[in-house]
Amino acid sequence: MSATTFSPGAAREANASRALGRRRYRTNAIVKVLCVLATIIGLAFLASILFTLLWRGVGGLALSVFTTSTLPPGSHGGLLNAIIGSLIQTLLGAAIGTPIGLMVGTYLAEYAQGSAVGNAVRFVSDILLSAPSILIGLFVYQLAVSPFGGFSGIAGCLALAVIVIPIVVRTTEDMLRLIPSTLREAVIGLGAPKWKMIVLICYRAAKQGIATGILLAVARIAGETAPLLFTSLGNLNWSLSLDKPMASLPVTIYQYAGSAFEDWVQLAWVGALLITFGVLAINIAARLLLRRAK
Amino acid sequence: MSATATSSQAQSASFGGLQARAGSVMNPARIAIRNLDFFYGDHRALKGINLDLPDRQVTGMIGPSGCGKSTLLRVLNRMYDLYPGQRATGEVMMDDANIIDPKLDLNALRARVGMVFQKPTPFPMSIFDNIAFGVKLHEKLSKSAMEERVEWSLTRAALWGEVKDRLHSSAMGLSGGQQQRLCIARTIAVRPEVILLDEPTSALDPISTLKIEELIDELKHDFSIVIVTHNMQQAARCADQVAFFYLGEMVECAPAGQIFTAPKQKRTQEYVTGRFG
Repeated sequence: MSATTFSPGAAREANASRALGRRRYRTNAIVKVLCVLATIIGLAFLASILFTLLWRGVGGLALSVFTTSTLPPGSHGGLLNAIIGSLIQTLLGAAIGTPIGLMVGTYLAEYAQGSAVGNAVRFVSDILLSAPSILIGLFVYQLAVSPFGGFSGIAGCLALAVIVIPIVVRTTEDMLRLIPSTLREAVIGLGAPKWKMIVLICYRAAKQGIATGILLAVARIAGETAPLLFTSLGNLNWSLSLDKPMASLPVTIYQYAGSAFEDWVQLAWVGALLITFGVLAINIAARLLLRRAK
Repeated sequence: MSATATSSQAQSASFGGLQARAGSVMNPARIAIRNLDFFYGDHRALKGINLDLPDRQVTGMIGPSGCGKSTLLRVLNRMYDLYPGQRATGEVMMDDANIIDPKLDLNALRARVGMVFQKPTPFPMSIFDNIAFGVKLHEKLSKSAMEERVEWSLTRAALWGEVKDRLHSSAMGLSGGQQQRLCIARTIAVRPEVILLDEPTSALDPISTLKIEELIDELKHDFSIVIVTHNMQQAARCADQVAFFYLGEMVECAPAGQIFTAPKQKRTQEYVTGRFG
């Protein structure tokens, strides 16, 4: 008796499950197509940007771009001062911001776990991470430009450093937290004080991850324009003085691209090409480092 | 027949173990544990433990997961201090000092009580530096004295022959069994008096396990050893005295021969015969 009541039920269930299977198959196909389409659209924009950059930029690449400073329109100027200015401000900004970020990240990962102060610091740092960079420019303008009576390279460095700090804080904390507690216990178990554990073992175990974070921060500030507009301003003449306005690639691109002179616009394309591939190279280096770390 | 023993509580069971031990050759205690309680927050994980860890002999600790044997091991070098909310009460006497005294110099204690963990934990540096790291924390040695110490500890850990030609390459390149012996070498290089082994072979293959067990046999001439293990055969092979833990209590402690063949407690018998755990 139980068999006779069972079989029609089983058949119904089989029908229902076939219908369910078809519906799932259809939904899966639709989602898949939508995802592929979205990917294609995203990649198409990226490819178009890179292609346009190469198309417009490579034509203007010449030795004079790297040997001559910016000059008035029509006199075959280059980008030397902007390139050097960008290098100085980026590296100095990273050099100022990295140690601070490292220390804050270490504090959060090693000393402030679960503490209210630590959570507050982490929250503020995360807000800073996504703050509009023009606000950081205005902040440093109030702090280091208007009190000292003028735009300066060092103010630009400071603005970039403020952008570096939260990036390095985030990656340092994340990388230190990835270190297994067994390794920490092994160090402590030998009778090592905590600071030696952090400096001699944890930093060493996390160095590739931390270095990746620093590289990503450098890549980020290398292309920043807004914070520099209010701080180092840009300089059309050759200048290495940190207390004077200083040229940089992003600001020069901003000034040249909107100008009416054909050779300036051409140089802006070249500058954009240099920055893009510079940042691309740093990102690839960071990825390779991270892969080695894993 | 042994109804009086089985009905008794953990406290008297440990004394039953002590009486049994009187018949066999147990050295005087290196560490004497008296009325030890341990708490994770409000949870009482160890309940009134009384146990002597004999000098230059091996104590094996067995019991099902969560019975408190690793917790006890981590009391002996105050590893629990790393984590807020964990605390111990009672007495753990080593010489005239109570190990769980909050005023104790922890780094000095950990130089005397070394620990080897379940998973090998080589430091991300060369083999030589792995050994030298711990030594440098406590002693200032000349270059040649340090080289001697590194060779001594690697030889004692039965690893010297395998690594003497690549002392300055990374320790991460060693096999799991070699890494674990490196960790043992790193621990004995500090010249502790007691070595704690927390399931030291559970992540290793049988051949590496055999090597570590032979090593334990060799090391007990100079060090007092405590080993936590899930492997009853290992406890029988390595330990002079075995303590059985269950639900935070020490049920029975007796010479290894006795606990596996003629346990006094019913729960011990059920565990060592595989009835539960």
